[in-house]
Amino acid sequence: MTGGEADLITRVSDDLPALQIAVPLLSAAICLLVRRARAAWAVAMVVAWGSFASACVLLSRVLQSGTISYAEGGWRPPWGIELRIDLLNALVLLVVTGICAIVLTASPRSLDQEVWREHHHKFYALYLLCMTGLAGMTITGDAFNIFVFLEISSLSSYALIAQGTTRRALTSSLQYLVMGTIGGTFLLLGIGMIYMVTGTLNIADMAVQLAAVGPNRTVLVALACIGIGTGIKLAVFPLHIWLPNAYTYAPAIVTAFLAATATKVAYYVLVRFVFSVFGAPLAFGELRLDAVLMPLAIAAMFAGSFVAIFQDDIKRMLAYSSVAQIGYMVLGLSLASVSGLTGGLVHLFNHAIMKSGLFLVMAAVVLRMGSTRLDAFAGLGRRMPFTMAAFVVAGLSLIGVPLTVGFVSKWYLVVGAIEGGLWPVAVLILLSSLLALIYIWRVVEVAYFRQPPEDAPEVSEAPASLLVPIWVLAGATVFFGVFTSLSVGLASAAARMLFGVEL
Amino acid sequence: MFEGGLYPYWIVIFLMMTGLYVVISRDNLVKKVIGLNIFQVSVIMFYVAMGKVRGGTAPIEAEGFTIYSNPLPHVLMLTAIVVGVATTALALSLVVRINEAYATIEEDEIRELEREEEA
Repeated sequence: MTGGEADLITRVSDDLPALQIAVPLLSAAICLLVRRARAAWAVAMVVAWGSFASACVLLSRVLQSGTISYAEGGWRPPWGIELRIDLLNALVLLVVTGICAIVLTASPRSLDQEVWREHHHKFYALYLLCMTGLAGMTITGDAFNIFVFLEISSLSSYALIAQGTTRRALTSSLQYLVMGTIGGTFLLLGIGMIYMVTGTLNIADMAVQLAAVGPNRTVLVALACIGIGTGIKLAVFPLHIWLPNAYTYAPAIVTAFLAATATKVAYYVLVRFVFSVFGAPLAFGELRLDAVLMPLAIAAMFAGSFVAIFQDDIKRMLAYSSVAQIGYMVLGLSLASVSGLTGGLVHLFNHAIMKSGLFLVMAAVVLRMGSTRLDAFAGLGRRMPFTMAAFVVAGLSLIGVPLTVGFVSKWYLVVGAIEGGLWPVAVLILLSSLLALIYIWRVVEVAYFRQPPEDAPEVSEAPASLLVPIWVLAGATVFFGVFTSLSVGLASAAARMLFGVEL
Repeated sequence: MFEGGLYPYWIVIFLMMTGLYVVISRDNLVKKVIGLNIFQVSVIMFYVAMGKVRGGTAPIEAEGFTIYSNPLPHVLMLTAIVVGVATTALALSLVVRINEAYATIEEDEIRELEREEEA
């Protein structure tokens, strides 16, 4: 290798934070230009896996040498826009890009069925735009930038949801658009109020200035606005009403993608504002955010799971289950302790893996059966053995059975609750897990113990292009359930960093 | 109570609540989109009002002027306006598609059709 080449490589790798946003953004335009379905998919695949590789490099660099600060366009923060990658968002970025890449790998066969082929290149362009927005929200260190990227990802996700096969997809998408815009605007309002108080948009700088100002009415209203804004995007109970419809009527691939990434990034934004801008003492000590969020989180855990039990459409059932799982993540935040937040962040990682796996199983079932109604699952345990086995593995994880990731996150949440002296909350976490057992069991019972109707058409196993990603995710639920050093190690380090505890 | 310097914020609150009320109360989808627009405009107004300094001029250096308005919130709102336009365009195109699919843009009628579909 010549000196010039090595120099180029270091320069490119120094610019990785910016490339993480710029490459998907530009490639979305390329996807539109190539017009051929498979060619656009190939472009998107290269970009998505490249982003994942770059996220891995960034994570390892953060682990080695601490927080990365990248001044966009050479304008120094706090005046210019800063991309700032620390342990917390390196973890979220890894999850987002990883899920993006895996779901995209599984997409062609499922899309052939659900989206007209002439529209595939546009679909991949939207997919990359959404990924741009999510990655941007994750790594930016500028509050207004978060709003801009939020809208980029939201607008493209509305369009993605509207691609669904039924006309209900259109109304669901509009419903999400109306709520999502209200959420985004509330976030903008909250950011504006912090700007009024601090005179800066840089998140790190905001924290310094806010600490100097202390709590006042404007700061309180800003926290409320940001809480409502991210709460809508995160689908915190009772702001979740857009979620079940959007997830049910979107194409299966879109559901697998959004369920694992969009709400997770919204959770990250909430955590970022609460801890890095307002700071734990202000948010929990003076403004009592935990007292607001904890009842909502517990209500979500029960209401989401309870409604899920009565759904006949399994995709919709999993959507309501997402509402409940988001409740666990928010509960972790509201425990306001290092182990509680560790539980919330681990659950972000774990839930992304298991829910995208489960929704990819739905994509396989739609592909073979044309429906995800409970009746369609009759006898599928024998007819699509590998797909349904993956459903069982990921489903066990959703319940929180030991040796799966679900157990790991619930363990930390329970520990966090007990440490905080909240025994009833620990009991409620365990009780709500039993509800998950019921709704997963309904599907397993039908799939394994009910005979398919006599006139049922022959069904073959899902194609390998879907089965491999499904099993990568199902395998990951077990792998990260046993080897927790990556997920728990990172999450607890990030939680300690946010609480300002020495590493 | 009604301080002169704060009146832009009263307008902001009035617009915001009007927009939110229209979004919630109207069944007509186009009216909902209009309500959403009013809601977004209120926040734009909020930023513009906060950037204005009384007696300040445009932030261009010139002799005899020492007080300037803060240009940053105004510039931010250019982006927010673009976002608002994009959202409106997407929402209206969805409304067009909904009209094609349901032959109505009244939410209660759409809900009725969806209920029939499910039954």
